[in-house]
Amino acid sequence: MKPIYMDNNATTACDPAVVEAMLPFFTEQFGNASSIHSFGAQVGKALKEARGKVQALLGAAHDSEIVFTSCGTESDATAILSALKAYPERRTVITTVVEHPAILTLCDYLEKEDYIVHRLRVDKKGRVDLDEYKSLLNDRVAIVSIMWANNETGTLFPVEEMAEMAHEKGILFHTDAVQAVGKVPIDLKNTKIDLLSLSGHKLHAPKGIGVLYVRRNTRFRPLLRGGHQERGRRAGTENSASIVGLGVACDLAAQHMDAENTVVKKLRDRLERGILAKVKNAFVNGDLHYRLPNTASIAFEYVEGEGILLLLNKEGIAASSGSACTSGSLEPSHVMRAMGIPYTAAHGTIRFSLSRYNTEEEVDRVIAAVPPIIAQLRKLSPYWSGEGPVTNLEQAFQPEYA
Amino acid sequence: MWDYSEKVREHFFNPKNSGPLDEANGIGDVGSIKCGDALRLMLKVNPESEVIEDAHFQTFGCGSAIASSSALTEIIKGKTLDEALKVSNQDIADYLDGLPPEKMHCSVMGREALQAAVANYRGEVWTDDHEEGDLVCKCFAIDAVMIEDTIRANGLKTREEVTNYTKAGGGCSACHEKIEDVLIAVNGRLYSSEPKPKKSPLAVPGESPVKPKLTNYQRIRKIEDTLEALRPMLQRDHGDVTLVEVDGKKIYVALTGACQGCSMESATLGGIQAKLVEALGELVQVLPVAALAHA
Ligand SMILES: Cc1ncc(COP(=O)(O)O)c(C=O)c1O
Repeated sequence: MKPIYMDNNATTACDPAVVEAMLPFFTEQFGNASSIHSFGAQVGKALKEARGKVQALLGAAHDSEIVFTSCGTESDATAILSALKAYPERRTVITTVVEHPAILTLCDYLEKEDYIVHRLRVDKKGRVDLDEYKSLLNDRVAIVSIMWANNETGTLFPVEEMAEMAHEKGILFHTDAVQAVGKVPIDLKNTKIDLLSLSGHKLHAPKGIGVLYVRRNTRFRPLLRGGHQERGRRAGTENSASIVGLGVACDLAAQHMDAENTVVKKLRDRLERGILAKVKNAFVNGDLHYRLPNTASIAFEYVEGEGILLLLNKEGIAASSGSACTSGSLEPSHVMRAMGIPYTAAHGTIRFSLSRYNTEEEVDRVIAAVPPIIAQLRKLSPYWSGEGPVTNLEQAFQPEYA
Repeated sequence: MWDYSEKVREHFFNPKNSGPLDEANGIGDVGSIKCGDALRLMLKVNPESEVIEDAHFQTFGCGSAIASSSALTEIIKGKTLDEALKVSNQDIADYLDGLPPEKMHCSVMGREALQAAVANYRGEVWTDDHEEGDLVCKCFAIDAVMIEDTIRANGLKTREEVTNYTKAGGGCSACHEKIEDVLIAVNGRLYSSEPKPKKSPLAVPGESPVKPKLTNYQRIRKIEDTLEALRPMLQRDHGDVTLVEVDGKKIYVALTGACQGCSMESATLGGIQAKLVEALGELVQVLPVAALAHA
């Protein structure tokens, strides 16, 4: 049977139209966009077109606000380090506890360099407290960086409102929109967002291409200095094939934006309802009323995520877990911990992230596959007995914890 | 996804001895909140002979935690309690044809459950003194707590010392920054490495700083001495190394015991190569004997 891919928040398949558009740039269109001769000129033209398509998807006012980078991580790092360099007297960064490691690990490092980092906490649905946020905004803050959508739960953040609040205090606002671009409508020219990161491989473009949107007149300091590429804001010969691919992917994302929020959302809702109807002691994580249309984060209590993934994989179903053991760190996911999800549920959380390529038939196959897998693993679990969690106190599992 | 051995997969997909054991007379419950694993081991012990007649487990944990539990029950069935207590974490990992370094803690949990179950059978109280930290060195599976404890116990100051005492950082070297972070956390600052002994001011002027070229015999002796010095470290992990052939820049060695075919074989070879390059002062390549057959 054809394998089912429901791990689109990790990465997506390149759209065939994207691949087709890229191929000539590996062969006859190999020129360097900076060259004077015709080999270069044609590539330069293609880059300009791609830039325009990214601009259109983001609703940016100018195409020169689009800076191509090598990935989402580079865009995130460039944004934050640029602000700290451009405003050397401001030594504070505001972010959230549930950001991607691209932001959090950088912030940990900045603290070692004596910068001050405020990480906004979240409630059990993954939402920040805007009053707390407001109280932290002052003229010592160089930049605020808040993700548009969380990669594990899909929970959306009110970044437009938060950008307004930062703007009023004269503070730069960056958003890691890697999970949001292509899934929710964005119109940057009508916001106060100064900087935005996106990553091609989350929207059916190839891996290794990203964008940093830099609003015109934003004080900016490049991460990579060298040639004049990207108007000196990101040196290094352009990855022309991938940029062209990203352009096409942005076009396609704009075309499918409605479907993403109707068809894909319906599939996701069907999946959640179908699974929860058949598996007890399971619940959906995140803010159910304000989240990405494609993401389902389901906690299965009393079992551990990796076991579920291995058994799903055996059935040809690809998903991922917020649990630790798959990432190599021993801790449960920082996002689940931040939301206060009990660890017996946090470790059993599985993320199904859909795309426009998934079908109703696939969703139904997953709904059928999950319940026996959970039952099989619960049979092995010391927290589970027969039909439910162990309740008899005599038998209750109370391990000696390290 | 993890690169699990066939054996691990087999014990995960079809675990042996899972579920409650009604006639159990020794039960050990252990767990680690941090890594999300918890295990109940149930033993049926013959009171006359102290032979473990049956062993069952229930595990809340990842694939290798379940496989390690299953392996443990298979290993200890039929053993006396005293024999069973001799089973080490490495024995469990070996039985499974190796575990990825990030997953070695799963076999630790199995051993602890066994100690807890035996204590429970004997009416003793068992307390867990094992604490686990984030994995720092992936080549040799050494965590932060282990490094911290070793730094404190021995007053270590430099990254080199940490590597000498714990092996952490002795492989690919990518974790050196993390080790320095642990050093700073414990000592409050980072001491620079011992200054290299200065060249004697009495050195004959014009003397070449280049090491004199070794004769073939001296060179092979040097290789042997270097390997000899590495053996105790490998033996601690139930492995060993012997020199097989030297062919110019190619040095063929046989890894035996736990090193052979283990998930860290290439890291181990890399570590040996680094030591030989240092000792010989020339670039050499260390290859497993198997490569000799194809040469
Ligand atoms: C929210 C978020 N930010 C940043 C990244 C990193 O993007 P990239 O893999 O392109 O560096 C990811 C990808 O996993 C992400 O989900």
